Amino acid sequence: MNGFLLSILIWLPILGSIGVLMAGAQRPVMAKGLALVISAGTFLLGLSLFFSFDTTTAAMQFVEQRPWIEVLNIQYYLGVDGFSAPLILLTLFFGVLVVIAGWRSIQKNVNQYMAAFLIMEGLMIGVFSALDGLLFYMFFEAMLIPMFLVIGIWGGPRRVYATIKFFLYTFLGSVFMLIGLIYLYIQSGSWDILAWHALPLDFTAQKWLFVGFLAAFAVKIPMFPVHTWLPDAHVEAPTGGSVILAAIMLKIGGYGFIRFSLPITPDASAALDWLVISLSLIAIVYIGFVALAQQDMKKLIAYSSISHMGFVTLGLFIAFGIYRNTGGISGAALGVEGAMVQMVSHGFISGALFLTVGVLYDRVHSRMIKDYGGVANTMPWFAAFAVLFLMANSGLPGTSGFVGEFMVILSSFQANFWFAFLAGLTLILGAAYNLWLVKRVIFGKIANHRVENLQDINGREAFILGTLAVAVLFFGLWPQPLVDMLQVSVDHLLQHIVQSKVL
Amino acid sequence: MNGAQMLLAAPEFWVLVMACVIMLVDLFLREERRGIIHMLAMLTLVFAGIITMRGDYLADGITTATAFKGAFVRDSMGDVLKLFSFVTLGLIFTYSKFYLRSFNMFRSDFYTLSLFALLGVMLLISANSLVMIYLGLELISLSVYALVAFNRDSPRGSEAAMKYFVLGSMASGMLLYGMSMVYGATGSLGLSEIAASVSSQGGSNLLLVFGLVFVVVGIAFKFGVVPFHMWIPDVYEGAPVATTLLISSIPKLAAFAMAFRFLQSGLGDLHVHWQGMLQIMALLSIIVGNLAAIMQTNIKRMLAYSTISHMGFVLLGLLPGTAFGFGASMYYVIVYALMSTAAFGMVIMLSSRGIEAEHLGDFKGLNQRNPFYAAIMGIVMFSMAGVPPMVGFFAKWMVIKAAIDAGLLWIAIVAVIFAVMGAFYYLRVIKYMYFDEPENEKAITAPVDFGAALTLNGIMIIGLGIFTSSLIEICLASFSAL
Repeated sequence: MNGFLLSILIWLPILGSIGVLMAGAQRPVMAKGLALVISAGTFLLGLSLFFSFDTTTAAMQFVEQRPWIEVLNIQYYLGVDGFSAPLILLTLFFGVLVVIAGWRSIQKNVNQYMAAFLIMEGLMIGVFSALDGLLFYMFFEAMLIPMFLVIGIWGGPRRVYATIKFFLYTFLGSVFMLIGLIYLYIQSGSWDILAWHALPLDFTAQKWLFVGFLAAFAVKIPMFPVHTWLPDAHVEAPTGGSVILAAIMLKIGGYGFIRFSLPITPDASAALDWLVISLSLIAIVYIGFVALAQQDMKKLIAYSSISHMGFVTLGLFIAFGIYRNTGGISGAALGVEGAMVQMVSHGFISGALFLTVGVLYDRVHSRMIKDYGGVANTMPWFAAFAVLFLMANSGLPGTSGFVGEFMVILSSFQANFWFAFLAGLTLILGAAYNLWLVKRVIFGKIANHRVENLQDINGREAFILGTLAVAVLFFGLWPQPLVDMLQVSVDHLLQHIVQSKVL
Repeated sequence: MNGAQMLLAAPEFWVLVMACVIMLVDLFLREERRGIIHMLAMLTLVFAGIITMRGDYLADGITTATAFKGAFVRDSMGDVLKLFSFVTLGLIFTYSKFYLRSFNMFRSDFYTLSLFALLGVMLLISANSLVMIYLGLELISLSVYALVAFNRDSPRGSEAAMKYFVLGSMASGMLLYGMSMVYGATGSLGLSEIAASVSSQGGSNLLLVFGLVFVVVGIAFKFGVVPFHMWIPDVYEGAPVATTLLISSIPKLAAFAMAFRFLQSGLGDLHVHWQGMLQIMALLSIIVGNLAAIMQTNIKRMLAYSTISHMGFVLLGLLPGTAFGFGASMYYVIVYALMSTAAFGMVIMLSSRGIEAEHLGDFKGLNQRNPFYAAIMGIVMFSMAGVPPMVGFFAKWMVIKAAIDAGLLWIAIVAVIFAVMGAFYYLRVIKYMYFDEPENEKAITAPVDFGAALTLNGIMIIGLGIFTSSLIEICLASFSAL
């Protein structure tokens, strides 16, 4: 079973989507039911990834390796370690939630909607588990197709602009990575990512490879200044699309840095860490201010996502500075672990926030802050959840949002005081835009008759938000299971990247 | 000339005989029984495929055999290209039957001319001497000129045929001129003797290099790469879609074979010279093709410019002159023929009684009219844009690797940037199909065989992507002698 687990997790949703499509547009209930069964089944199967995960080794687990295109040495090679396993679990979790979240709000072509999300789920798991460069790239790019269609078909008024921008931006970034991957293949004669980790490369080659990877992952995560596609895509996407985009797809950028940039080009990463760190700090501070100025709730959350993803890149790239200052990897390990915790936690929080906005949008059909006010009076349960998630978003201790940010800020002190200072500003800025949003939307007097007639959340919505609330609080209070999964892999990565690869 | 050598050309003889038989049978058929012609043509292809696949003309361990005093060569590259020509032409016939019927053009001439064009393609693929190259080339061209003007009442068709004829004759003239210089410099017509002579006198003979320039022009015209691309948009647009289908697919397979045989087998020692020329043309084609396609609102013209950019990518694979590069190009050209056939097949499907669905707007809301065919068109468009897991992606990365192998990293970078720009116009088709409301609610009807062929074509495009390994292996193995 464990020998095929990853394949099952990838292909069950993708092949299952054919069944969902066959249900036809005329039988939405059947399509939805089938999609729910498939995603829930995949989730349950995937739990064994957590329970049989060996936290004592940094080696790849659940490995599947068979030849695919033998003449070019391309393999169907899957495996997970402490970095990919949590992200796969996150994907499986959201795979179920988006199906439930789209239950009522999607009316048009329900079967295609559900099938698109199932395919996306399978492909994202593929991205996190692929250990062959070309296989990774296949999943990485193929993922764009369902997302492109989801935004374009079920999105808002400017959906065509947003979705084409999303597609071309990401596509442009990733073709540079493709050239890098081909270069690595020419150098090593293999597509095995782990073999690339060990491949000695001179500094110039590393630098160009680093730039190629940066082009792909900086767009994906997204980093300032290539973040502009994200607000558009988020605003126009249907709720489910925004959730997957924020909760999972952005993480692929961070995962890419961990899997490709750092271990394959450690010397270039060390030499160019100032670039990534400055861009991260700009994202944290400047985008934080931008978030403050938003009129549209989804845009606000989108900008806050960019700002939070700045912590991920910061946590990853301060490792070199800390190693230079302290000569050991334990301080750097805190930063990298913080980055990973931040990714998982941001997945829960941003997903939850987009679902929260989705709840309001389903009722009022507006995302503008000015159309709301005093929602707490008519939707008390909803307000409780919304406030919890927004607090978590601003990094309140006790929620998962606090843990990752705190770990990153703490470790960045060892690199440079000013990094920590600037990163710490987010606690003020985050609190400002989140609390101000709470004030304008949730509290105060009832703004208009549409708010007055609002119905509180129903059982289905309560289930989704409740599950997420449990997750946010659980990882806030006891992040240990996650850190356990990470620890060995983080140490392994850091020991690897502090060694020079230049011959 | 002994029988065993004649046997090498058995598929060619078979197609020739059948083309004549079909012409004669038509004389004795009443109009309403013309379906028989279609069946005969399909049978021709099936048996041509079977004859080609019987490899017993080769003794064990030999992969290449020549006939007709070395003018005709039979090898695995040729066989693979021929087999794919049969498959593609089979699809084309199936799509065309529906088109010709609904446009009242269902005459047997279409089949005879197409089969003669196929014969030209086969000869060109197997050509190993200058005479045979010219023979194959002209056989294709003359059949296709007539096919472009097949709808004789259409002024656009006649104009396109005229343009094609004038430009095509000029290109043939250039090629002949180049050939005469090559002949003058080497004293022989056979490519093997030319190769021997070139390698003995080295690559510095000015007459040879001069001849090479004109040969490259002739090849470039056949591919339709910039700056010899002017005929493509006009001909694609003016010709009936059935003919466009034909022009855009199998002659490209032949053009690739011709480029390989002439440039590598014959003038391989002039690699430095032709690499430089192909490099410029590849780059220009990728740039001009992708940029111009963005501006088009007519899908036939859009696909024409997209062809130009695809042929630029095919040239990228020829640059390094290695087995991998030629294998990559061959793979690309086969994949391209399948994609282009499917795309024009969709155009035919949307055409209704006498009106060609040539505007992009005709694709509006296709997903609501028929989700299945919209998905097929979607697969084709993503494949042309080079998005995995479609087969077009594998073709693209292989030629890009070939360019990097040739030390032309910057060309690879420019190529991928323009490939991203190119993705825009493919995405626009998807946008019309999926994001817009239909203007025309009429259900889409197509005969069973048409639907089956299109489904098969779509499955090939996605299936050859995921299970791509055997085709890549075959293509690369074809050049293992290099």
